[in-house]
Amino acid sequence: MAQQLLEVNDLHTQFFTRDGVVHAVDGVSFELAAGETLGIVGESGCGKSVTALSLMRLIPQPPGRITQGSIVFDGQDVLKMDDDDVRSIRGNNIAMIFQDPMTSLNPVLTISRQISEALELHLKMDKSEARKRTTELLDLVGIASAKKRLDDYPHQFSGGMRQRVMIAMALSCNPKLILADEPTTALDVTIQAQILDLLKTLAREFRTAFILITHDLGVVAGMTQRIHVMYAGKIVEKADTTELFANPKMPYTWGLLRSIPRLDEHRKAKLVPIEGLPPDLIAPPPGCRFEPRCQYRHDVCKEKEPELTHIPNAKSDHEARCWGTQQGGWLVDTDWRREIGDTRLLEEIKKEVADLPPETKKDGEEPPIVPPPPVH
Amino acid sequence: MAVTTPPPPGEEWTRTRSTATVGSGKNLLDVKALKMHFPLTQGIIFQRQVGAVRAVDGVDFFVEKGETLGLVGESGCGKSTTGRAILQLYKPTAGEVRFDGTELTKLGGEQMRKMRRRMQMIFQDPYASLNPRMTVGNIIGEPLEVHSLARGREKTERVQELLRVVGLNPYFTNRYPHEFSGGQRQRIGIARALAVEPEFIVCDEPISALDVSIQAQVINLLEELQDRFKLTYLFIAHDLSVVRHISDRVAVMYLGKIVELADRVDLYERPLHPYSQALLSAVPIPDPAVESKRKRIILTGDVPSPVNPPSGCRFHTRCWKAQQICSEVDPEFIEHEPRHWAACHFPGA
Repeated sequence: MAQQLLEVNDLHTQFFTRDGVVHAVDGVSFELAAGETLGIVGESGCGKSVTALSLMRLIPQPPGRITQGSIVFDGQDVLKMDDDDVRSIRGNNIAMIFQDPMTSLNPVLTISRQISEALELHLKMDKSEARKRTTELLDLVGIASAKKRLDDYPHQFSGGMRQRVMIAMALSCNPKLILADEPTTALDVTIQAQILDLLKTLAREFRTAFILITHDLGVVAGMTQRIHVMYAGKIVEKADTTELFANPKMPYTWGLLRSIPRLDEHRKAKLVPIEGLPPDLIAPPPGCRFEPRCQYRHDVCKEKEPELTHIPNAKSDHEARCWGTQQGGWLVDTDWRREIGDTRLLEEIKKEVADLPPETKKDGEEPPIVPPPPVH
Repeated sequence: MAVTTPPPPGEEWTRTRSTATVGSGKNLLDVKALKMHFPLTQGIIFQRQVGAVRAVDGVDFFVEKGETLGLVGESGCGKSTTGRAILQLYKPTAGEVRFDGTELTKLGGEQMRKMRRRMQMIFQDPYASLNPRMTVGNIIGEPLEVHSLARGREKTERVQELLRVVGLNPYFTNRYPHEFSGGQRQRIGIARALAVEPEFIVCDEPISALDVSIQAQVINLLEELQDRFKLTYLFIAHDLSVVRHISDRVAVMYLGKIVELADRVDLYERPLHPYSQALLSAVPIPDPAVESKRKRIILTGDVPSPVNPPSGCRFHTRCWKAQQICSEVDPEFIEHEPRHWAACHFPGA
């Protein structure tokens, strides 16, 4: 096997809160080759952003801590580095594009100052060189009359343009890996199309590896080579993009695909939602994490947690974390488009939601203290 | 502009030029030339008006009884303002809003309050639209009291019934909003809107703040309620896939104007306005096989400011078809095909 750019092994990131330990990322392993694009898909709270922040060692500590695992980037374990070494990688070899372009730029510094900071720090450029390079970068990401806009402040830029600035900043030191955490979620569709188009061209041109984190299956469909689906802190399905959409295996992935209306849907079919609520990550279910919401469940799902296993007879490398899809399992030949599972079970799960109070506090008590959310 | 009436069922529609507001008995809502401008002022003590944000700048449409009209557009195009101006939550600058034959813009306070019973709103953010100091029972019961529909025991029973209707446990009445998840809160918001048995509901991005797996639950609930209570929806959203799913007809807005209005299938299969075409092509489809074959129209630049909109057609600054005339003459909103209106000098593919 070729040398991987990034190898993540059994990563555990936990947040220590007053209510207990939140297992935000719970044993995530994956690898990425140079120049490869990977999509991580999941709902909010499934640990996809925390995974990205862990890779950059940006988990706020306390309350968070990476408790176990290794992150080997370019032959070095990021978790064993001291802070100075991490700093020399961060922004230089691994760059990040954040979700919200409105809040991730510093409002009191000019655009040129913010981009050239990394250039001066990592590439040891002097001021005029850095300024020249900044202009080139802004040109590259498609900011009109870049030279004139160098000394503008972020508020003078629109949302789409700010995201372009973020991308320019990420590209500034020619990183080997870019983590894009929901890069287009805050943007309008037409602007989203612009930004995705730009990211695609850049990835091709510079052969940069990308990890694209999103909740939108549509976005990853056209952008990535491989996709990992996350649920409740774990990767539940891994496959090539074409394989995943053609032959999804895990009931959670089916649920996601069935619950979003498609733009090219012809008949007004009824959506099949995933009933129920995501599990509490302080006390996750002992068996399969998706079991409480799964209409295909058997008794074994509740008792023992399945491992990520290879799908028998898959066209390409394809793994799923499900008892039903393992060799001889009951879901191996299920056509997810036709068989929506046990409808009686579906109704039962639906009713459970109506009855299940999300907090078990008694009336009259103080509102519960919500643990601080993982940093955005 | 001539006003035509739709033909009785089974008859051919005669092709005529007409406004999009067809006065007929079937329409629950008729909106004509609705404008909503917000003044921009300068000065500290003596404020003088220096301009206006033309959030909604002359829109015409109608909503038929029992249908869902989807209103789509990018942020800042005026779709939410349109919804609020219809319910008279803003006093419209100009234009007419006729609800079941009654002109709303001319109604006084008390008359309008009575009218509000028949039209309700579901808000975008389920975290901000419920008062954190009120119990769920009070939140849902308040409209019942305001309109003196029920009190005491009857009210409690009605609230419990409403909770059951939206798929929550009827014994949640003493709980506070913070005890619920986003999807459950949105259900509470829906129960509150349903409390007064309205005919018309403006759904302002009701699912944008929810997670993917929860969105479908709420969409299905809205559809079930529509069937059950014969509701009419104005469904405002920026997600074109969701709008296609839920709407019977769809209106596309750009910078304060409706640029295209058509039946769901017509609009999605044969969009006439270049903006609609670009918007549709920009939506990613979760299928790599389809995605690799699609041609994407990528618009350049951003939406211009509604304070100082472009001359002529507002879209001409980003339009790849723009000619001389587009920057000079504002195109009329014309019925190009039966029940398919568009405002463009060069409509079609």
